[in-house]
Amino acid sequence: MKTFNYHSAKDVKEASKLASSNSAFLAGGMTTIPSMKLGLASYKDIIDIKRIKKLSGIKVSGKTVTIGATTKHSEVASSKDVKKAIPSLAALAEGIGDPQVRNRGTIGGSIANNDPAADYPSACIALNATIHTNNRSIDAEKFFRGMFETCLKSTEVIESIEFSIPQKSSYQKLPNPASRYAIVGVYVAQHKTGINVGVTGAKSCVYNDKDLAGALTKNFSSSVIDSVKISSSGMNSDIHASSDYRANMVKAFAKKAVDAC
Amino acid sequence: MKKVALEVNGKKITREISDHTTLSGLLRDKLNLTGTHIGCDTSQCGACVVHVDGKSIKSCTALAADLDGSKVTTIEGLATNGKLHPMQEAFKKMHGLQCGFCTPGMVMSAVDLLKNKKNPSDQEIRDWLEGNICRCTGYHNIVAAVKEAASKM
Repeated sequence: MKTFNYHSAKDVKEASKLASSNSAFLAGGMTTIPSMKLGLASYKDIIDIKRIKKLSGIKVSGKTVTIGATTKHSEVASSKDVKKAIPSLAALAEGIGDPQVRNRGTIGGSIANNDPAADYPSACIALNATIHTNNRSIDAEKFFRGMFETCLKSTEVIESIEFSIPQKSSYQKLPNPASRYAIVGVYVAQHKTGINVGVTGAKSCVYNDKDLAGALTKNFSSSVIDSVKISSSGMNSDIHASSDYRANMVKAFAKKAVDAC
Repeated sequence: MKKVALEVNGKKITREISDHTTLSGLLRDKLNLTGTHIGCDTSQCGACVVHVDGKSIKSCTALAADLDGSKVTTIEGLATNGKLHPMQEAFKKMHGLQCGFCTPGMVMSAVDLLKNKKNPSDQEIRDWLEGNICRCTGYHNIVAAVKEAASKM
């Protein structure tokens, strides 16, 4: 790993001030550190935001669950408040990586990285999340731009993610047996305002499948999914799964998610 | 360079380290605690698992600079007065290892499991050890060893 200057920021203002186009914020480091070791990324400055107390923690209000950016997956998975308000979100966190990754990895790091196969982005889409940064509040639909790409600016720090509590929801994924990343993951959520179907792993970026959501709005049952045509065009194809297989898995796991709602 | 102060296996230590030194690098190269192994070096194999402030983590993917002030327990810190930890005894008794490379990480991970769950089922043990890879045993005896340790602890 190439060397860098390590900084531990005491507050968000300092973190943002230290940032440049040649820096990265460090939360759990579960992707950033291996990426630097593998030579896929290198930075002049690494700005650790873990010691900023206000970035960690879980708050539940009547309609929303707000999770601080540096809150660890293990904390979300074991939170009684999250389990009660949005059980599918706690279950998603429990299915990320392995116990040691969950003890370090953070929700803010996951969505800032926007890995096409990460779990949390699908939750942001399905649960109408608002991403609060030190500058603004961003709707999840606008936040995720493309493969490993978000609308964040280099000096912008995610502070928290606010999820709407749905009437019912479920996240089901086909995990890669080695990494537990989603080969395909489908998050179905029914809100008073409508249904979302967040799909991860299938394409270069998470998306809301409007065809599935539309069909489920008319009839919320897994049988209706059989009649929805899912095109494999634009879907990922790799050694783990072809695009046709992924398209089929979107259907299969959407059905599983609806049945588990 | 950064100066870090840690408590490792009950002993307070202070070292000057490079900013990019990992915890596994500090333990092995600066403190001579070579029981913590480095396998994949990218947080997949689990050979480097240690406890930091009571929780198991992969030490190859944690910067030492970021752990200033933490308490670290490595495989060397489990035995007391020359007596093996019950988990180490159980791995020995149940033949939970062959080449032994993954064993320190397996043991540290399994000790963390039993802290949170006194009598885990086979499936819970297998799920918990998701991040520890062994190329020799096929895991069967590792699971048996964790069950044996659970019955003794």
